Amino acid sequence: MVPLYWYLWLGGVVFAIGVFGFLARRNIIIMFLSIELMLNGVNISLVALSHYMQDLRGQILVFFIIAVAAAEAAIGLAIIIAMFRNRDTLHADEMAEMKG
Amino acid sequence: MVEWFFGYLAGAVILLAILVVASRNPVHSVLWMLLMFLHVAGLYLLLNAEFLAATQVIVYAGAILVLFLFVVMLLNLREEIKIRRFTGGWLFKGLTALGIIYVLRRGLEGFRVGFEGPWSIEAVGRATHTRALGQVLFTEYILPFEIASLLLLVAIVGAVFLSKKRLR
Amino acid sequence: MNEINVSMLAPLLPEVIMASAGILVLLVELVARRKETAGLLSIAAVAVAAYYVPHSFGKSFGGMFVSDGYSAFFKFIFFINLILTVLLSMRYLVIEKSNHGEYYSLVVFSTLGMMLMASAGDLIVLYLGLELMALSSYVLAGFIRHDARSSEAAVKYFLLGAFSSALLLYGITLVYGLTGTTDVSLIGAAVVEKGLSTPLFLSVVFLMAAFGFKTALAPFHMWAPDVYEGAPTSVTAFMSVGPKAAAFAAFGRVFLTGFGSLSTDWTGILVVLSILTMAVGNILAIQQDNIKRMLAYSSVAHAGYAVLGIIVGGAEGLAAMMNYLFIYGFMNLGAFAVVIMLRSEGVRGEALEDYKGLAKTHPFAAAVMLVFMFSLTGIPPTAGFIGKFYLFKAVVGAGYAWLAVVTVIFSAISAYFYLRVVMYMYMLEPEGEAVTLSLSPSLGLALLITTLVVILIGVYPSPLLSFARLAAG
Repeated sequence: MVPLYWYLWLGGVVFAIGVFGFLARRNIIIMFLSIELMLNGVNISLVALSHYMQDLRGQILVFFIIAVAAAEAAIGLAIIIAMFRNRDTLHADEMAEMKG
Repeated sequence: MVEWFFGYLAGAVILLAILVVASRNPVHSVLWMLLMFLHVAGLYLLLNAEFLAATQVIVYAGAILVLFLFVVMLLNLREEIKIRRFTGGWLFKGLTALGIIYVLRRGLEGFRVGFEGPWSIEAVGRATHTRALGQVLFTEYILPFEIASLLLLVAIVGAVFLSKKRLR
Repeated sequence: MNEINVSMLAPLLPEVIMASAGILVLLVELVARRKETAGLLSIAAVAVAAYYVPHSFGKSFGGMFVSDGYSAFFKFIFFINLILTVLLSMRYLVIEKSNHGEYYSLVVFSTLGMMLMASAGDLIVLYLGLELMALSSYVLAGFIRHDARSSEAAVKYFLLGAFSSALLLYGITLVYGLTGTTDVSLIGAAVVEKGLSTPLFLSVVFLMAAFGFKTALAPFHMWAPDVYEGAPTSVTAFMSVGPKAAAFAAFGRVFLTGFGSLSTDWTGILVVLSILTMAVGNILAIQQDNIKRMLAYSSVAHAGYAVLGIIVGGAEGLAAMMNYLFIYGFMNLGAFAVVIMLRSEGVRGEALEDYKGLAKTHPFAAAVMLVFMFSLTGIPPTAGFIGKFYLFKAVVGAGYAWLAVVTVIFSAISAYFYLRVVMYMYMLEPEGEAVTLSLSPSLGLALLITTLVVILIGVYPSPLLSFARLAAG
């Protein structure tokens, strides 16, 4: 039997790697991928908690998170395409129209 | 046995996650992410969540990541590979992430679940996971389910509006 | 709870009306020749929904949805926000060459998300309502598709928004693990029983950071100025009132109902955040020469004032916060209405320079702006004074006299940049060509409503005060 704590820690590590990627990368698509990493960290923790609590509600939340992630990806990528059409960059720190 | 399997999956997930954020080429990032999602699905199987494992593969790996790949193709990859990957001060940000890991490690040590529900492995096994999940989803969680449907509608409207070339 | 029937929808009647209206607007937009029809339809739908709000109190879906005085008050803020935004937008969208009917439908869906957040008795409903609100507003922020500023604003808003919802989810996960439930009142009971532990404190911190992002509290405010400046002005007006109020509604409910018993542990952090927010918002606003950006920092600062209500807690604090957000909605939307009025074909009208000598060229517009600037500063007899006064009263009553003093000092600093606009309008001579006003009947109506309400609440506040006090329970 794998202890619950291992799963939670794994989820936490994936979440933290996502936070790092979001803060440190310049490419917008990879920043977005990092957010998906964070969500996966959350999902791993939720499924594990749900399993150890013998309760399905955590898994229901995972189900909703996946649905929202799909909607978010559709909107987010559409926004990125719209921006790319107006301005030829995908780097967060090159968005020079607004500064400060 | 199960511990070994968990060890492999966990190690692979962490390694792949690091590769996702560290790859120079965004296409590689997306592909590492794909592999990571498959391993996460493996973890769900270990936790007796077959339905979610399937959803993870179909929705995350199958739909979301394909969308990502399409968009990545917009990039000028030759340029992308040559220039800086990270924003300034990434070392500090790395330390922040390590700090989060440390705090979570200390904070979550000896985490006790606060609740024992009725859905033991045997109960889920008797009903099958998909049916058990469906029962809870369509009774207790019908309201969130309906909200999610509106959310997807908004996503369709928004995505079509923003990315369509010419509007009336 | 295994039986599902239509009567469970009774407390959700306003939400059901709004959801149908959103879809209807989407359909009408396809056939209507004038896109304004869609806008008028959404206003009509809000009027119907608003009528049913006081008639549909109660809990439903096993406590997941709570319709009470607290949520009803916030719903009225959202409705006013929607009506005024639609009035502001009609002409503005034509000027920006983005007159598409989807706009009104997204505004309705976003408002529906806010209503669900205010009524959420369960963290899952809260999360989904928040996402419904946020996804619609990401699209709205990038609504001018041919403008690079607008799409950049959308990207920034989207990335920071998605990041903050991931933080929210991690917080929810930890709470769920510790208490075995996502129902806010059951969480409250479990927290009382179990007391504080390290993981619980972590989850409180995560949730606070997530709500901090959504309400733009410093140090989580850095997205706000960029997004508010780049987004279409009508959307900036919408975002600076509605989503902020919705986030405060959820913040108040989760922290006071769910973690109320731990308030001694988290008020300290919140006090620090509040002071930091007031400092950052007010001091950085001084340096801005773009009026939208200045109003963005001012809206950050106002979040710092409003959060005092949660620090005080209890019915007294909540009533003060709700009061404040209500008044803030009117004065902020009014100020943005003036900014929109200065925007015309070929002229951005966002620079502070454009306001030079406005009193000479357009005395009426200058006078209206004067009222809003006085109100945002908190000078009597405007509504802004009433809002601040009752907030200070609550803060002092809870034994935080020093905090009230700090707030007064920052309010005094804020006078510098608000009154600078007034100084530009009244003391300086107009330069170059005079700005043309793009006044349309709908914009005029919005200005009339906001000005009247701001003055009316300023001189006769008791109905609003008693309404807020009643709603806070």
